[in-house]
Amino acid sequence: MRKKSAKWKGIFFLLPSFFGVCLFWLVPYIDVIRRSFFGAVSGKFTGFSNYITIFQNSAFQLAAKNTLRFFAVCIPLLVCLSLGAAIFISEQKRFRQMTKSFFLLPMAIPVASVVLLWKLMFHDQGLLNHLLSFFSIEGQDWMNTESSFYVLVFSYIWRNLGYDIVLWLAGLSAINTSLYESARVDGAGEWKCFTKITLPLLLPSLFTIVVLSLLNGFKVFREAYLVAGDYPQENMYLLQHLFNNWYRDLSLDKMSAAAVVTGAVILLLILFLQKAWEKE
Amino acid sequence: MKKTGIFICVCFALLAAFPVFFLAAGSLMGTGELKELLQPVLTGGEGFASWKLFPRYPTLRSYVELLLDSPEFFVMFWNSVKLTGGILVGQLLVGVPAAWGFARFSFPGKKLLFIIYIALMMMPFQVMMLSNYLVLDSLGLLDTLTGIILPAVFSTFPVFIMYRFFEGIPEALMEAARLDGAGELMLFIRVGLPLGSPGIISAMVLGFLEYWNLIEQPMAFLKTKSLWPLSLFLPNINMEKAGLAFAASAVVLLPAVLVFLAGQDYLEQGIISTAIKE
Repeated sequence: MRKKSAKWKGIFFLLPSFFGVCLFWLVPYIDVIRRSFFGAVSGKFTGFSNYITIFQNSAFQLAAKNTLRFFAVCIPLLVCLSLGAAIFISEQKRFRQMTKSFFLLPMAIPVASVVLLWKLMFHDQGLLNHLLSFFSIEGQDWMNTESSFYVLVFSYIWRNLGYDIVLWLAGLSAINTSLYESARVDGAGEWKCFTKITLPLLLPSLFTIVVLSLLNGFKVFREAYLVAGDYPQENMYLLQHLFNNWYRDLSLDKMSAAAVVTGAVILLLILFLQKAWEKE
Repeated sequence: MKKTGIFICVCFALLAAFPVFFLAAGSLMGTGELKELLQPVLTGGEGFASWKLFPRYPTLRSYVELLLDSPEFFVMFWNSVKLTGGILVGQLLVGVPAAWGFARFSFPGKKLLFIIYIALMMMPFQVMMLSNYLVLDSLGLLDTLTGIILPAVFSTFPVFIMYRFFEGIPEALMEAARLDGAGELMLFIRVGLPLGSPGIISAMVLGFLEYWNLIEQPMAFLKTKSLWPLSLFLPNINMEKAGLAFAASAVVLLPAVLVFLAGQDYLEQGIISTAIKE
């Protein structure tokens, strides 16, 4: 289709970007991979000893456990809530745009602006406990007990719900409405339509949405850090806190090994995603 | 059943937007009223903090105090503007041609290069933190605004978004322009830029919301407080100056909400383009 001479000219469009990407991202990361096999002080090749150190590190174990637990709770919750909301939004006409806007708005709200609200909301004598007291429910000190984990979950869901709703709505709008019409003629009810038509046809979107939600999940650190600082309540201590604290102590060897491990896990996810896209 | 579902959905939507109303109300309250409502959180004491949706005696005093008596606020505001503006302009200059190159040309190694771009765009900051530090250190860019701007200019995320939009331009259009004797650069400027503009705007809207909210990078790489952006200013305000904190929160929020309202359609298109391949 395309002219042959045009093929290589594309490289000129890419060149500035490619140069910068190599300089600022790619080459330094490769350097980090190299460093992960060397001692930080001695500069000698140490094999996998940095990796062994981090896996035996109790802070790393705690942070990895919390991060995994965070994703295990949040992702299914977010995916289901956003699917439910997307279905209700797609079925209505009058408030459609407005509802969607309200759900998306948190994406635009700077973390710095909500820090104040979160502090007032989740304080021991704060607004949430006040609200609960109306229903005679015993409140708790949200930021300083095990419940701090749920503050994280709430922040994440609140900020990402709109993003996922938009993705689901795009998936829903791609479903041919005549499918529902013919199913109804055959006597299928709402529920049957949902489980036999909507769900199977949305399945390909599911994987993409899960991966994107996961990657967005790392940003929850912003709220956690600004609200609770370097060393938050134990259940809130995420991998991101650990990276941050190692960075401050300049533990380059531990950091490089952890960056390679985390990077490899994410790369794997992305390659799966890539495969899924190619199948579509 | 359906009606109640929709009702619940609308309630949740209002709840999601609650912080905006909360900050707007709080920033218009006087010090006395804020103290009265938030007493238990601010200074201890009995009972719970409470809240009202509308201030009893609306006043602009907090804003006046913030804008006239807090010089450091202005410094940080300008830092935020410089960071966000610098990054977005840089992304336009570098990212748009790159996206065009990926979308309209084929050359050996393109597929691998594209996968590298996607992988880099999805890496969380923490994974790249050390490599970022090493490169900024060796270039002597630590503790400068340029050190925050440059790596972000070469972020691969906007390239990916714009690529998706450029890719959608029909090849027939390009062929027609080629027959008229247009060169590759001309095609990019005359056909690509106008037809791909929704993608460019989408990338800019998403970028603005991201960089206005930048926290990790300045926190890690900027030691000098006078270089900090607004996003790091707020957590430093003492709770005792609640009025000031509310006004500052509202001022930070305002540009983001305006961009959101003006660019919501582009924002949605941008989100969808990250996930769904036509």
